[in-house]
Amino acid sequence: MSFSLQKDKRGVVVVGVDGQLIVGNRQELKQKVLDALDGGARKFVIDFTKTGYIDSSGLGVLVSLSKKIREQGGDLRLAGLNEDLQTLFELTKLDTLFAIARTPEEALAAF
Amino acid sequence: MTTPLQLEVRRPAGEFDVVMTLDVPSALEYVGPAVELIARHAPASLSPRRIRFNLRTALAEALANAIAYGNLHDTSRVVRVRVEADRLGVRIHVRDDGAGFDPAGVPDPTLPQNLEREVGRGLFVLRHLVDHVAFNATGNEICLTLRAG
Repeated sequence: MSFSLQKDKRGVVVVGVDGQLIVGNRQELKQKVLDALDGGARKFVIDFTKTGYIDSSGLGVLVSLSKKIREQGGDLRLAGLNEDLQTLFELTKLDTLFAIARTPEEALAAF
Repeated sequence: MTTPLQLEVRRPAGEFDVVMTLDVPSALEYVGPAVELIARHAPASLSPRRIRFNLRTALAEALANAIAYGNLHDTSRVVRVRVEADRLGVRIHVRDDGAGFDPAGVPDPTLPQNLEREVGRGLFVLRHLVDHVAFNATGNEICLTLRAG
């Protein structure tokens, strides 16, 4: 499992989550995004195309990051959720908190 | 992670086709590896999709709760996992050394006032991912049932 960060030419940071986002690695994701936020980035896409599962701690860190990014005038969007992960966001009603795009490309285009 | 996890797999001549046991040290870094170890040995009666998502997520929730709230991250304690599998499905028991809790006292994380909280979704998520959830009387052991399919 790992996280990759890429910044496009407009400065949007795309974070790829490979494997899982759970209690054991959520702090690593949080720190990477907060470091980018401290570095001036304001627009973020988290890409779950290669993600198998997310636990409630992973959901919690997304909620926390979204708040911190909004407080800095930025925006966090999610993309690439498979059917199970989409259902997870719907049943927790977190689909009402996040802008969720089908693909990272669609999320980038929406900025 | 310093202590290697050791999964014991038995095929008893009794009620279950396979019984697996695993002791997990009470540190959150063990959750992912413990989940992967059990998922890799999950019975064929569960579909790959339910193993990939439902089993993994629910087990991760149960282990994290046991480590954090049951054993209070005390690495001298272990969380005990017992998996019983047969053609009808799988039952996963996760037990900690804590004093237990009242599952009915956990607030609904989907209420508007709770939606932006970082914590408090574990039990809610878990209940939606498995077919049955049961606790022992003390509240320090949870049993997750995933039926075949």
